[in-house]
Amino acid sequence: MAARAIIETKTLTQIYGMGDARVAALDGVSISVHEGEFVAIMGPSGSGKSTLMNILGCLSRPTSGEYFLDNEDVSGLDKVELAAIRNKKIGYIFQSYNLLSRTTALDNVILPLQYDRTTERTKEEREEVATKALGMVGLADRMQHQPQELSGGQQQRVAIARALVNEPVLIMADEPTGNLDSKSGAEIMELLHDLHNEGATIVMVTHSSEIASHTQRTIHLRDGKLDKVISNGKKAKK
Amino acid sequence: MKSTEVFNIAWAAILKNKVRSLLTMLGIIIGVAAVIVMVAISAGTEATINEEINSLGANLVFVQSSFTRGGAGGAPEGGLVYDDAAAIAEGVDGVGGVVVEQTASETVKSSSAVLDGISLLGSTSDFPSVRDMNIADGRYFNELEVDRKQKVAVLGASLAEELFGDSDPIGQDITVGTTRLVVIGIFEEKGLVGDVDYDSRLYMPITVVLDKFAQSQFARIMGDRVRLIYVEVDDQENLDNVILQIELLLAKRHDLPLEEADFTVTTQQDIIGTQEATTAAFRSLLAWVAGVSLIVGGIGIMNIMLVSVTERTREIGIRQSIGATPSDIRWQFLTEALLLSLVGGLIGVIVGVSGAWIFGSVSGMRTVVVTSSIILAFGSAALVGAFFGYYPANKAAELDPIEALRHE
Repeated sequence: MAARAIIETKTLTQIYGMGDARVAALDGVSISVHEGEFVAIMGPSGSGKSTLMNILGCLSRPTSGEYFLDNEDVSGLDKVELAAIRNKKIGYIFQSYNLLSRTTALDNVILPLQYDRTTERTKEEREEVATKALGMVGLADRMQHQPQELSGGQQQRVAIARALVNEPVLIMADEPTGNLDSKSGAEIMELLHDLHNEGATIVMVTHSSEIASHTQRTIHLRDGKLDKVISNGKKAKK
Repeated sequence: MKSTEVFNIAWAAILKNKVRSLLTMLGIIIGVAAVIVMVAISAGTEATINEEINSLGANLVFVQSSFTRGGAGGAPEGGLVYDDAAAIAEGVDGVGGVVVEQTASETVKSSSAVLDGISLLGSTSDFPSVRDMNIADGRYFNELEVDRKQKVAVLGASLAEELFGDSDPIGQDITVGTTRLVVIGIFEEKGLVGDVDYDSRLYMPITVVLDKFAQSQFARIMGDRVRLIYVEVDDQENLDNVILQIELLLAKRHDLPLEEADFTVTTQQDIIGTQEATTAAFRSLLAWVAGVSLIVGGIGIMNIMLVSVTERTREIGIRQSIGATPSDIRWQFLTEALLLSLVGGLIGVIVGVSGAWIFGSVSGMRTVVVTSSIILAFGSAALVGAFFGYYPANKAAELDPIEALRHE
């Protein structure tokens, strides 16, 4: 029996501009990602991979088409509903970490818990959950450090802890190693592999085929259309 | 997000830019302090004036002469005469007392002192009750003594001390100009009322002043004309009735229709009313000035909040990406604007209250800090913060997460 689909899109289309200036950044893309999969999205600049990433991450809505996230149609949700989806179901890892400056690693990780309206937690419970997440990424001894006191690799680990803290169904990683040296980059990829092995569903955007080869499947986009899907021959180590 | 967390974030943002926050608050501080100080000054002035009016004596009616000039150098025609006062006392019901005053200035000698330029006040016997003055020792002169032009005198408290020192003045003689008078009483200390020092004056029957001390030139032209008759009404409720009786009586005596009366009748209430209208106008002017500075302060807050939203666009994007709703963002920035205005308002209250106190003690003007002005000023500051903070907060809330995350 096939694993349930976390992501399922049907003819996703995103059109920018009006009249003669209309550009289809995304033109009828239908993909699916199953639970526990580690998938890479590749494509040259202008291929629509950022647009797809933003829609899959519920940061924007498609012009047309359907998007089921965890079997829920999110393509028609309003801003407030999308914010709740981002909070509960999606964890982001950005190229530039996007941590709040002058805020400790612990407080950065607590942030998604503070915006969670569905789960009542006391201050102590939040700190406990966040501390656990920071421990998972190996930063138990850096919790009170602010981002500017941490290395790039450490900052990205804080970001990963923040992405995990609300136990999302999907982790979106946008060029997670793009700002890192090769050693730190390798460590971050290793961490993502560990998460994957523990059952996390990860979608990663990258322009590096070497990084993409670490995943199970690579989805190639070209001119806003699905170009090809390549299986990387690796099985999820469950 | 809980309100305490929103508060903490906003407070941290304010503390992060201390100088900028303080400069932003300055407009609110000045506005709030201005409201409090200005209201304190006008309330102080009002209180002083009310006290002066009340110290003139209660339930007073002023009958004022309106002279009409005769030919060149000729005697003025019409107006009040001394006998009008007596007529009012006899012919009007509900009158507690009638006083006519005539002032002059003379050299006064006692057995031990000579004082130049002492102010003489000639009056009728009702003066102490009508003008709310109390006798400390001896008595005031009576009606009979006024009619008979008896040469008796009553001393103001400080004048008594200057003339006689520690010895008892009652029964002693003083020489005023060339006329000898007997001291029959001393007033209690009254203090300054307006610019008039009631304690340094010499009081005697008005008939003596008119007869002996009024300047000859003045007396020749004026005859027994008087400028002002004070009438004390025994009961506040009879006030309108008494005024009407006085008007009818005097019009009849002067043989004039009421519309052409050569006198006017006013009450203390009229004077207080005029005074209140003046201070109300003054106050509303001050309120406008202070209100404008509060609005300027609010614009300052809006300006800085717009800068802050731009500076923190990326932070907003990050918060949105991890689940902050538009209303979460709106509240965060609105709270920051409110905090700026409330802290500014609080500092303004402290500056205003201490400023009113310092201004009062430095200038010698009386200032009364009015509690309602503090509440009004502080409340206005909060309103200004909410009003001018809403636009930037809403702008932040409406940001597109993708654009915000891309912001450098």
